[in-house]
Amino acid sequence: MTRAALLFVVLFVVWLLLSGHYTPLITGLGVASCALVAWIAHRMEVIDRESHPLHLGPYFLLYLPWLLWEIIKANIAVARLIIHPRLPISPRIITVAASQQSILGQVIYANSITLTPGTVSLAVEDGKIDVHAIDEAAALGLETGEMDRRVSMIDSRHVGAGK
Amino acid sequence: MLEASTLSLILDGISWILISIGSLFLVVGGIGLLRLPDVYARLHAAGITDTMGASMMVLGLAFQADSVLVVIKLLLILVFMLFTSPTSTHAVAKAAQSSRIRPMTGPTGGESSKS
Repeated sequence: MTRAALLFVVLFVVWLLLSGHYTPLITGLGVASCALVAWIAHRMEVIDRESHPLHLGPYFLLYLPWLLWEIIKANIAVARLIIHPRLPISPRIITVAASQQSILGQVIYANSITLTPGTVSLAVEDGKIDVHAIDEAAALGLETGEMDRRVSMIDSRHVGAGK
Repeated sequence: MLEASTLSLILDGISWILISIGSLFLVVGGIGLLRLPDVYARLHAAGITDTMGASMMVLGLAFQADSVLVVIKLLLILVFMLFTSPTSTHAVAKAAQSSRIRPMTGPTGGESSKS
């Protein structure tokens, strides 16, 4: 029930940010529809720690700036490869360990890999991710395992805080 | 003490820079899409347009918004794009694997740049 209430709060904040109309009638309708959605979701039992991972918020916000900086660096590296006259790419498939305990953690890791240009996750299984890397530098950057470690930190909050 | 006109000039300048960088990366992403040899390598070029291209454009537009609500909407668009684009990229990669397209490996510099 607390999660349903939290969902309502999140929905309503998003509604307030997107609406821009704050007359009593419109706001009332907003409250009513958010409450309805939260109630339906509660009845369908689709609100759990995985679908509504609010507890990860602070850790995710710490991870995000690092990820964005990595994305910028990778973008410049791949852009240089593309406009280089000789197109000096050297594609390869590598397998990296995904040390996250939960599925959510592995998804965050795989998505982070794909979001960073130069590396794309192909398949995730048994705690390992097959990655297509565009050149050696991109592959080496991933194999240092720093991204894995950082995502594991978020993941341990997901697993560690109890089911 | 900034005058309103100076402020809008600065905002225009920031937008100008961000949108130019975004456009540059979008063009490079497009070139990459044409130059790179196979579907897997092309995904990396698509990644450039999805991340750097799109973010810089949206940020550039955010500096032109006339209210905070519009800025928030633009940032939400950016957040949704950053969440959905890896998913679609992965879908393409998975589909390519399922149709048994073997990724090219090893250095390819030289021959593929002629076309």
